[in-house]
Amino acid sequence: MSKEPRQQPKLVPMPATNFLTERDIGKPPILECRHLGVDFGGLTAVNDLNLAIGRTEITGLIGPNGAGKTTVFNLLTKVYQPTRGTILLDGVDTHGKTTVQVNRMGIARTFQNIRLFGNLTVEDNVKIGLHNQLKYGMAEGILRLPSYWKQERVAHERSMELLSLFGMEGLHDHPAGSLPYGAQRRLEIVRALATNPSLLLLDEPAAGMNPSETAELMENIVKIRDTFQIAILLIEHDMSLVMGICEGICVLNFGQVIAKGTPADIQANPAVIEAYLGKRKEGE
Amino acid sequence: MSLLNNLIIGVSLGSIYAIIALGYTMVYGIAKMLNFAHGDVIMVGAFVSFFAAGSFGLPPVVGLLLAMAVCTLLGITIERLAYKPLRQAPSLAVLITAIGVSYLLQNGAQILWGAATKTFTPILEGQLSLAGGQITVTYVAILAVVCCLVVMVCLTLFTGKTKLGKAMRACSEDKGAAQLMGINVDSTISMTFAIGSALAALAGVLMCSAYPVLSPTTGALSGIRAFTAAVFGGIGSIPGAFLGGILLGIIETFAKAYISTSLSDAVVFGVLIVVLLVKPAGLLGKYVPEKV
Repeated sequence: MSKEPRQQPKLVPMPATNFLTERDIGKPPILECRHLGVDFGGLTAVNDLNLAIGRTEITGLIGPNGAGKTTVFNLLTKVYQPTRGTILLDGVDTHGKTTVQVNRMGIARTFQNIRLFGNLTVEDNVKIGLHNQLKYGMAEGILRLPSYWKQERVAHERSMELLSLFGMEGLHDHPAGSLPYGAQRRLEIVRALATNPSLLLLDEPAAGMNPSETAELMENIVKIRDTFQIAILLIEHDMSLVMGICEGICVLNFGQVIAKGTPADIQANPAVIEAYLGKRKEGE
Repeated sequence: MSLLNNLIIGVSLGSIYAIIALGYTMVYGIAKMLNFAHGDVIMVGAFVSFFAAGSFGLPPVVGLLLAMAVCTLLGITIERLAYKPLRQAPSLAVLITAIGVSYLLQNGAQILWGAATKTFTPILEGQLSLAGGQITVTYVAILAVVCCLVVMVCLTLFTGKTKLGKAMRACSEDKGAAQLMGINVDSTISMTFAIGSALAALAGVLMCSAYPVLSPTTGALSGIRAFTAAVFGGIGSIPGAFLGGILLGIIETFAKAYISTSLSDAVVFGVLIVVLLVKPAGLLGKYVPEKV
């Protein structure tokens, strides 16, 4: 992969302050949130979120701590049911769907605090992601009928192929919990990819990584998008990552979208600067 | 030679405990709950097999399969009606519900089938004499050990090598993450109850064949002993249930033979207390210290 800075694709403003990269224009967005909101008791955690993500776009979701970023992920994956608004995944309303159903519809995610199945091997973690693509039943599994062997072989090959994206195929029989931190983060991404998503949600993928690991991760995220032709929405505090690879950025503060645009727009946006750094006092 | 005889009896009794303990341990592993009604599912299984053979004259194997089918449905129904609505409730609420279901099954059996003790016809009669008649092994004892080994091998392969088994292990580690990977946690839990209850029926038939008395409270005490075996071996661990069951069977038989029949339970639980003092997570359980 070349080390030269990637060209930022041009963003074209869409109605209702949505944006899509040029290459995704003319195709319906993979994800569209309209007036999305959720209340917990009296607390409005997310309010009136409008967002569209192009089919192959890398989008950043940023904001100060407690802004509601992970809550947005939990809404998209139906861990929480939204109080208001709609979520359209590839044009299909996800209202009333369960977490498992939206996963089958094409949303996969990783977690801020790693949630691998630590006692399972690396390969089995990936195979958990392939669960719904394997079509053999309990009896076939216990009796080890030919369909079991055939499908398990396909699953093994697919797992190895996905692991090789990150050069992790050599670790396939290690327990996931014994991997070093960076490898666990990468394995979470591989496991999410195994579910065959069209939209991948990454929750702080660079948390706890040093600058060189972050740089490698950035390359990998772009590689994943290019290889699988999927959309990626990521939450991240590391601005070098966000500004480096995100084509569109959405800034949340107190559950509200305060800005949307290209990295350059966001960096120059006074509301964003205020949210992160506070308001300049009069006369300073 | 009596030592060897007792060992054989102990291993075969332990095999039955191990099969029951697997039900406790699998359900605990995945649903993090103690299903105290499990012992009474054993009793229902034994009754189904009793009536299948006694009232309808079906062959023992058909009776056994019927008992397993009925208990599978019973297990799934109990989970759906009593435990699933409490999935988000504190674990104490689920525990009390489980005790309630246990009494419901016992009293229901009393109403349906009466409280009187029935004599169970063993599914296999006869015994094997070895070493010139000094060692005798009943065919039921052999069957129990064989069943236990087959069940262990099948379950180990199932949980280790098949997608549903892996889904079970994933759910036992982190239900939320499993759901986000597209695994249906509800049906995985149902499946676990189904497997555990089918095994309970098998154990019930074996138990009543080895000790041919049957009453509505038959399952309660053996259920508690098997639960002890599961804790002994490390609850949540399948090999642990196996080891715990076999050891418990041997300890119980030896205590009965060499110490006192009436004190055998006290000895069994005494050993449990000592083991837990030394290894709080059980013999094969993993003790996970909480991070502070």
